[in-house]
Amino acid sequence: MNNDETIHETPLVVHDLGHEAHTHHHKETFITKYVFSQDHKMISKQFLITGIIWAVIGGLFSVIFRLQLGYPDSTFPFLEDIIGHWGKGGKIDPEFYYALVTMHGTILVFFVLTAGLSGTFSNFLIPLQVGARDMASPFLNMLSYWFFFISSVIMFSSLFVQTGPASGGWTIYPPLSALGEASDGAKIGMDLWLASIAMFIISVLLGGLNYISTILNMRTKGMSMTRLPLTIWAFFFTAVLGVLSFPVLLSAVVLLLFDRHLGTSFYLSDIFINGKILPNEGGSPILFQHLFWFLGHPEVYIIALPAMGITSEVISVNSRKPIFGYMAMVGSFFAIATLSFMVWAHHMFVTGMNPFLGSFFVLLTLLIAVPSAIKVFNWLTTLWKGSIRFTPGMLFAIGFVSLFISGGLTGIWLGNSSLDIHLHDTYFVIAHFHLVMGVASMFGMFAGIYHWFPKMYGRYMNNTLAYIHFWITIAGAYCIFWPMHYEGLAGMPRRYYDFSNWESFKMFGGLNEFISIVAMIVFATQILFIINFFHSIFKGRKVTTQNPWGANTLEWTAPIRPGHGNWTAEIPEVYRWAYDYGKDGRDFIPQTEPVGADEHRH
Amino acid sequence: MTDFFLIAIIVLIFLVIFQISKASEYVSVLKGEEKSRKQNNKINGFFMIAFLIAGLIGVWYCNKFYYPKTLFPMGAASAEGKNIDTMLWITILVTGVVFFATQILLFWFSFRYQESDKRKPLYFTHSNKLELLWTGIPAIVLTVLVVFGLKYWFKFTSDAPKGSQLVEITGHQFGWEIRYPGRDGVLGRKNYKLTDAGKGNPLGVDWSDVASHDDIHVPTTMHVVVNKPVKLVINSQDVIHDVGLPYFRMKMDAVPGTPTTLWFTPIYTTEQMKAKTGNPDFTYEIACDQLCGRGHYTMRGVVIVETQEEFDAYMASQKPEYYKAFPDLDPDKIAVKDTTSKSVAQNIKK
Repeated sequence: MNNDETIHETPLVVHDLGHEAHTHHHKETFITKYVFSQDHKMISKQFLITGIIWAVIGGLFSVIFRLQLGYPDSTFPFLEDIIGHWGKGGKIDPEFYYALVTMHGTILVFFVLTAGLSGTFSNFLIPLQVGARDMASPFLNMLSYWFFFISSVIMFSSLFVQTGPASGGWTIYPPLSALGEASDGAKIGMDLWLASIAMFIISVLLGGLNYISTILNMRTKGMSMTRLPLTIWAFFFTAVLGVLSFPVLLSAVVLLLFDRHLGTSFYLSDIFINGKILPNEGGSPILFQHLFWFLGHPEVYIIALPAMGITSEVISVNSRKPIFGYMAMVGSFFAIATLSFMVWAHHMFVTGMNPFLGSFFVLLTLLIAVPSAIKVFNWLTTLWKGSIRFTPGMLFAIGFVSLFISGGLTGIWLGNSSLDIHLHDTYFVIAHFHLVMGVASMFGMFAGIYHWFPKMYGRYMNNTLAYIHFWITIAGAYCIFWPMHYEGLAGMPRRYYDFSNWESFKMFGGLNEFISIVAMIVFATQILFIINFFHSIFKGRKVTTQNPWGANTLEWTAPIRPGHGNWTAEIPEVYRWAYDYGKDGRDFIPQTEPVGADEHRH
Repeated sequence: MTDFFLIAIIVLIFLVIFQISKASEYVSVLKGEEKSRKQNNKINGFFMIAFLIAGLIGVWYCNKFYYPKTLFPMGAASAEGKNIDTMLWITILVTGVVFFATQILLFWFSFRYQESDKRKPLYFTHSNKLELLWTGIPAIVLTVLVVFGLKYWFKFTSDAPKGSQLVEITGHQFGWEIRYPGRDGVLGRKNYKLTDAGKGNPLGVDWSDVASHDDIHVPTTMHVVVNKPVKLVINSQDVIHDVGLPYFRMKMDAVPGTPTTLWFTPIYTTEQMKAKTGNPDFTYEIACDQLCGRGHYTMRGVVIVETQEEFDAYMASQKPEYYKAFPDLDPDKIAVKDTTSKSVAQNIKK
């Protein structure tokens, strides 16, 4: 968008929204303000709170299956009250154990770390940080949330069907997921899973197109692409990844539905099950894996990139120092986003895929370590010689870097196909991806919540509770996942309900119990966070200054509690990048301040 | 009742933490927010360095306790696995150095550069030299890892050496079936549509292929010869399974409709491993490593590695599956029948 257009358009928009703000006082009803809202800030809160509810459910599931893993010989009669016939006599049914594992993965990956993380912060920050009154299409934005809501309702309902929810792992590999004869979870629960994910994909696409067009077209005057905060770059690449990869998952879902109900053989061939010879011939289950991981791997970065963007912003603000190597950060985002489309088959080294093909995926996968290394070193250099304020957001951002290093380095092990032969589908993999994208991205999300909570609700969260939350969570995360590397090196397979019959894997009983105990403590600590979150919305200490963190970005130039339209007067104009901290002896220089004549150039 | 008390105690703990936190917030307002903020900063800065030290000690203890329980102290039980172990040590070395360096820097910087009135932060936006340095070095190191990795990868995934023993393993919910090619060294053709356990053909062998007549089929336990490469042909009858052989460092999916292969050279017999591990119950286990349904965790197979003589003796004791399906054609039984009918005839004569 060139300057002329901006200048001509800005007053128009102001006029429009002046009108809206006017009606706001009189006609905004509960329904239009809180339910079918088109305000990006309200939509972001809807995403956040729905995400939190899902996180509690998904986290609780992990606690329940950790009970089984930690205490395989005990019974827990109270379980029968919660999960009914799946927990007869206080013992979890193996089928339900697998359903719990599947739902834990699905919920956390899609509903919490995709919708809850990117949905929340893309919505909240894009218009506020690029200087726009709202998204390009507030209506589609609203639809994006409501498709997510429908998807959530369908998935939630699948928990209550007689044969149980999907139980074939979050990757739902056919034939296990295609044949009702193969498992109870592959009956109606699987159909609900597929329907839910189809709705979810629509939500991601509507949201993603909106984010991309807002970032490209609705930047305020002076906000060139290279002046964007890194958060926005991260959300931009996240949205691009989502828009390009989720449709492929939709195709995989549709073909799977055809195989399930219309007698096609896309994924099925040569199957003899339950004494029955199936007529399907010529299909390949490996096709599904290619389609699934073509989304599945970019999905990892859809989860990780927003957390990286938030971390970059929060670290820079709280070190009172510019982010080191801004262009290298943008470049590495671009490199990661591009490479993430060319590495999917590293999940499939041992499927019998052509080994020559596999070698390319080894090369490209290990290549991702280069932009990741650039990011880590740039974060470290940003901290170096800074003046660090340990706000809760900052603690979680530092925690993100630590976890990202720990989990990222083991990616170099798993991406190397020769090593992957031994480590594939063991606890090593669980340790790797939980650290690098699970817990790390949760940390990115927490950093974002603590950092922007004052902007969202005009109040602060309680710091003491936040500190307790951080220190227990990071220590707990390492206690849970660090020892799992050793279990993985011993070849202990993932997704086992019980190890006691295995001569090779039964020596880790004590460790499994320890991990389960820590998991419960960490889960309880998250409840503390949730109490803090909801209590602070209503009773938190009020924000009294417009810019409590002394940050440069545009959202802090808006009123403390911005209405629909964000700025009451004209949209601010931008004159510089977002990272002038500690320049020429000044603590910070907001983006809206014109560059002085004698100012130092960088 | 105990459940009730447990819940009450947990709720109480939450309340106490919550009230203390609220109180500390009021105290900080009374004390002056700036002052208490700086105090909190110092505390968290100290925790950073404390966490680093505690973490490093934790890493050391964890290694001390659990490293002996992994499979690496005693090395791989296959010739190819030894390569994987070498590869692993190189990778541990490289990533280990990076891990300790970056984690120590991260927490040390956090502690060292916490807010202080005496210091102004440095305005440092970029440095092409530094950035080139940490783009270049990782790229070079990774190239080394890729070269090593692919060298072994192509070795393991190439065709099995000539003269390898051939064994077929078929997964189904929830168990493994083993088939040996018999004296002719060729596995008989299969067609899944012929599968009929009732008629003695649980694997769907096509009996019209003569090569199938001497094939031997046994459930669960696979016998292989020490120091002789063995090639596994891997099938699945229903869903995807995976032949996981942790001691040999090998793994390959069993995919319905698409046979896969894997080969390795076992170097210790089961008896030798019993001595080596000091565990009289030691067995090489085949673990299913791909979620295959409710019984996934019970899908266990066994590999017995033995000398050529022991293996030959074992094979001699097994009857081809063909004769199990068609007992009438079994030469042994025919011989037995002949002798019985002869004796009957003799009796009649008498």
